[in-house]
Amino acid sequence: MSSDARRFRARKFRENLFSLGLSGGVFVLLFATWEFVARAHLVDPMFSSSPSQVLLTGWELINNGTLLKHVLASGKVFLTGFGLAVILGIPIGVALGWFKWFNRAFSPLVSAFYTMPRIALMPLFIIWFGLGMGSKVALILLSAIFPLIVNMQVAMQNIDADYKRVGIAYGANQWQLFSTVALPSSIPFLLTGLRLAMGRGLLGVVAAEVFGGAEGLGYMIQYAGATFQIDVVFVGVVVIATIGVIMDRSLAYASRRVDSWKITET
Amino acid sequence: MNNGLALERPDPVWEADELAVHWPRAAGERRVDSAAETTPLTVLAAVPSAPLLEVRDLVITYENQNTGELTEAVSHVSLNIQAGEFVTIVGLSGCGKSSFLNAVAGLVKPASGTMKVAGKRIDGPGPDRSVVFQKATLLPWRTVMDNIIYGLELRGVPKPIARERAESCIDLVRLRGFEHFHPHALSGGMQQRVNLARALVTEPQLLLLDEPFAALDAITRETMQNELLSIWNVTRKTVLMVTHQIDEAVLLSDRVIVFSDRPARIGTEFKINLPRPRTQEARYSPAFDYLAKEVFGVIHSSASKREEPEYVI
Repeated sequence: MSSDARRFRARKFRENLFSLGLSGGVFVLLFATWEFVARAHLVDPMFSSSPSQVLLTGWELINNGTLLKHVLASGKVFLTGFGLAVILGIPIGVALGWFKWFNRAFSPLVSAFYTMPRIALMPLFIIWFGLGMGSKVALILLSAIFPLIVNMQVAMQNIDADYKRVGIAYGANQWQLFSTVALPSSIPFLLTGLRLAMGRGLLGVVAAEVFGGAEGLGYMIQYAGATFQIDVVFVGVVVIATIGVIMDRSLAYASRRVDSWKITET
Repeated sequence: MNNGLALERPDPVWEADELAVHWPRAAGERRVDSAAETTPLTVLAAVPSAPLLEVRDLVITYENQNTGELTEAVSHVSLNIQAGEFVTIVGLSGCGKSSFLNAVAGLVKPASGTMKVAGKRIDGPGPDRSVVFQKATLLPWRTVMDNIIYGLELRGVPKPIARERAESCIDLVRLRGFEHFHPHALSGGMQQRVNLARALVTEPQLLLLDEPFAALDAITRETMQNELLSIWNVTRKTVLMVTHQIDEAVLLSDRVIVFSDRPARIGTEFKINLPRPRTQEARYSPAFDYLAKEVFGVIHSSASKREEPEYVI
């Protein structure tokens, strides 16, 4: 490595460190203010709780296994619903984008479902699938599937015509065009779809569990709120946010990795 | 060097069999055209001296996407190319020469007329032809090597065998050492080399070049012309090229055909008798100058017939 490159990397490192400190500082300031306001009884700690209280409660919930139980329950519901959305949504989106007649037949139906607030269907799902896993999975599936459908549809409709022409000129049949041109060029769209679907799915989990049921993070938050355990509510919120950030970051990282063909290879 | 040519020409008897297998399907799909009906069956038995590419009475029309109006882009063009010949079509931009090349490539369905490669009727793209596009259009998620073997892969050649076959092509277009790069990392000229290699590796009987160097800067273009000259010297491929660069056409070709303005008709044909093997040196011969001027004159006269002449050199 040349000395120029070393200097450049050192500068980049300092810049990154600075922005990390900046964003971390905002958090620290926020929590410090909160703690101070609660301790000084400027607000009623019964309603506001405080960071230290939330930490203590969190530690307790981890130790007695309550948190793990709820996380696992939510996780099971989420993964089932999200998995089904991926398995069903991708082929539906691909078919909508690839086959014109399929698009004409089903596009209006998809639009109708897409714009409908899914939570409005929850009472129906409870009647149809019961208060257990069924209704929750149905809600998550319906929340997560549309970003996948729409993104895959757009991906198929945006395939570069020149790439298609190359494939055709070299004798590709429909399947080969799909597998060698359409599929690889749809990967960035797929990852965007997955990220959006994940966010929607997470919302779906919490909404479904708040609505009814006896376990899961949403239930924990709902029950704690109803019984004025503000610290438990905050623990739930923090856990959900953390899980969301971790999943989103890992998908963002995956997108960058998949797009590596855009980066010069040396 | 010419024995490579003999190897490429398929056995005429086998050719006739091939035709017999495909004929009913091809005939059923096409609309009725008078040329095919009146052509006696003897055409089926291709004789060795028959041209490699045989185009008869080709008409290409385009439908206006808004009004449905039909416009003729190519009008009753007939053209023969012998095996081992390098033929270039020149003409104004938008005169229909690219439509003609695309029809030969099998990418555009003609309204009427017949096209045959080595006696075999053209009905869509086929392994007997490869196209080098103006834009390199390399698949960005594939490496140079995987782009080159794309055509072979589509034909079901297993990857290791395809890679082995690509080796000589990589040397031919001087991409050695760049096999594992992605297209983004390559310059325009390099990308065009990959484009060329992708076409050569499938060993087509007819190589179609669609303004292959039009998007390159002047110096890179000259380099690529040199490369093409030396590649042609080695392979002696039958080439049909389309360009609007007159000097390029004269430099590379055995025959230059000027298309009239839209709808394209065969205008004037020039035999280029400059000695082979050629280099850029050929540009400085008086014969080159004379031919280029002649071609220019014919194109210019068709340009002046345009209501809004936009073709200024």
